[in-house]
Amino acid sequence: MHYEAPIRTPLITGEKSYHDITVDVARPVESKAPRSWWIVFTLSLIAFLWGVGCILYTIGVGIGVWGLNNTVDWAWDITNFVWWVGIGHAGTLISAVLLLFRQKWRMSINRSAEAMTIFSVIQAALFPGIHMGRIWQAYYVFPIPNQFGSLWVNFNSPLLWDVFAISTYFSVSVVFWYVGLIPDFAMIRDRAVRPVTKHIYKILSFGWGGKAKHWQRFEEVSLVLAGLATPLVLSVHTIVSMDFATSVIPGWHTTIFPPYFVAGAIFSGFAMVQTLLIIVRKMFKMEDYITIEHIEMMNIVIMLTGSIVGVAYITELFIAWYSGVEYEQYAFLNRATGPYWWAYWSMMTCNVFSPQFMWFKKLRTSIMFTFFISIVVNIGMWFERFVIIVTSLHRDYLPSSWSMFSPTFVDIGIFIGTIGFFFVLFLLYARTFPVIAQAELKTILKSSGENFKKLHDKDGH
Amino acid sequence: MATNHNTTIISALFDDDDVLLKGVKDVKAKGYNINEVYSPFPVHGLDHALGLKGTRIAIAAFMYGCLGLTTAISLTYGMMIVDWPMNIGGKPSFSWGENLPAFIPIMFELTVFFAAHLMVWTFFIRNDIYPGRKAQNPDPRTTDDKFLMEVELKGEKEELMSLLRDSGAIEISETHN
Repeated sequence: MHYEAPIRTPLITGEKSYHDITVDVARPVESKAPRSWWIVFTLSLIAFLWGVGCILYTIGVGIGVWGLNNTVDWAWDITNFVWWVGIGHAGTLISAVLLLFRQKWRMSINRSAEAMTIFSVIQAALFPGIHMGRIWQAYYVFPIPNQFGSLWVNFNSPLLWDVFAISTYFSVSVVFWYVGLIPDFAMIRDRAVRPVTKHIYKILSFGWGGKAKHWQRFEEVSLVLAGLATPLVLSVHTIVSMDFATSVIPGWHTTIFPPYFVAGAIFSGFAMVQTLLIIVRKMFKMEDYITIEHIEMMNIVIMLTGSIVGVAYITELFIAWYSGVEYEQYAFLNRATGPYWWAYWSMMTCNVFSPQFMWFKKLRTSIMFTFFISIVVNIGMWFERFVIIVTSLHRDYLPSSWSMFSPTFVDIGIFIGTIGFFFVLFLLYARTFPVIAQAELKTILKSSGENFKKLHDKDGH
Repeated sequence: MATNHNTTIISALFDDDDVLLKGVKDVKAKGYNINEVYSPFPVHGLDHALGLKGTRIAIAAFMYGCLGLTTAISLTYGMMIVDWPMNIGGKPSFSWGENLPAFIPIMFELTVFFAAHLMVWTFFIRNDIYPGRKAQNPDPRTTDDKFLMEVELKGEKEELMSLLRDSGAIEISETHN
């Protein structure tokens, strides 16, 4: 019954029992934070507070404090928005798509990957909000009756599709994450010693008791949510790409955008999962659960999606030439050889060239190298969005209005602030939530645990 | 599962899922009624062994999805076609059918939104779980590594006790309802 081919490497190393998994997952919650946690947390908090200051300054004075001008009227804000939304995609891909494909290796990483999704979508949602200028009127994006009579939202607009896509994506990710968390919160509740802790986890765990019927429903709900989240995650970045693709700006008006954006999103998201998990596994000693095997698997996904992105870049160039439209041709020529050539070539190096190192097993199983590449990829993906947005805008049809974009300290501050906010949320999560879906993981212990696999081999199965 | 009053419940604790599953089958085979099984993780095949019916929550999700789709159709039709038609980029503002391609994303998103959220609400309500509820499991060890089977006593007590012991229970206790 609990059998897996011996050729598959164990997903849980060390001599683990069910109780060991409980203890290991509860440990970060029950023990004091390591010193490294406090250092990273303090740095993130400072960055976050700096970002809050810059956001308040923007809201108080107006978006004139950003570096935008008449020609480049979308820049870092939308770059950061797309970047953060893209990062979020890997979490859903791991928890939903890999569930549908019955990939067991998702189990020890899905919880943190999904936390990453939720926290990065929060960062993303900040940007359209503050770019409105009058954030107190943000409710206008929802189809609600208002004092001007029946002035409704425009359902033809991709920007409104975005509102629906992002809110659906965010809220569905939250419930998907939370349903999985309930049994694990119950485990922490039942172990808690201090009354306050017990009470908090009693509230969070909803009184879950693990009845047979409830587990049956739990598995069905997880499966259906995965089935719903899979097309949802593809739709989100598709719709984000339509913000650009449905316009008539050369360089944006291309049908390749939806799949190209989705591949890029998965690419950058997996890189961010690597960055976070390499920190988590070290900080909380989770090496037995987040193994080299897991890291290697994710590196293969990075290599594959990075190559898809590379093909998309080249296809774009080819189609620009093949279209015969001189404006389209110029947009791409300008990207590669114009004043923003450095952004284009950074993008090419980071996104197309760097993941190719993952063809080598030695490199893709090296933790230090993986960490390095994961940062490089995220820098590259930020540049991708910058290239698409700023270099397509800065030289428009009228050469007299050509201009350059330079960010002000507010642009930079808000971006750094969101990185800080993201890490603040993630670090708080890592100390208070079960970072591994332990209930799910226990179901594969007997088939994929190292000691159980050895037993099977000895029995000669 | 409804419990009759004036019945005695024998609770047997197991420390392995395979032993538990065999125990459930043994106890069932002797004609006893198993009230509940508490486990730290979903035990594969337990619902069949207990004779539980399949859950219909996926059917509910499908109907919620249909509701979401209907909502999206009504919203777009009511707002864009009936109440305030506007000429936006020359798109047909007078006919919902011809304007349909622009409404597909909204229809998809609302279908997913309704299906996912209402299904999870149904899951909470049907399981009777909500923030702050008293823990449903009688023994806190059942969220760690132990499995608890509650059997309704019928006939000789000793007979059931020895059956449970033989099938590998590590602790047996008795409660009266």
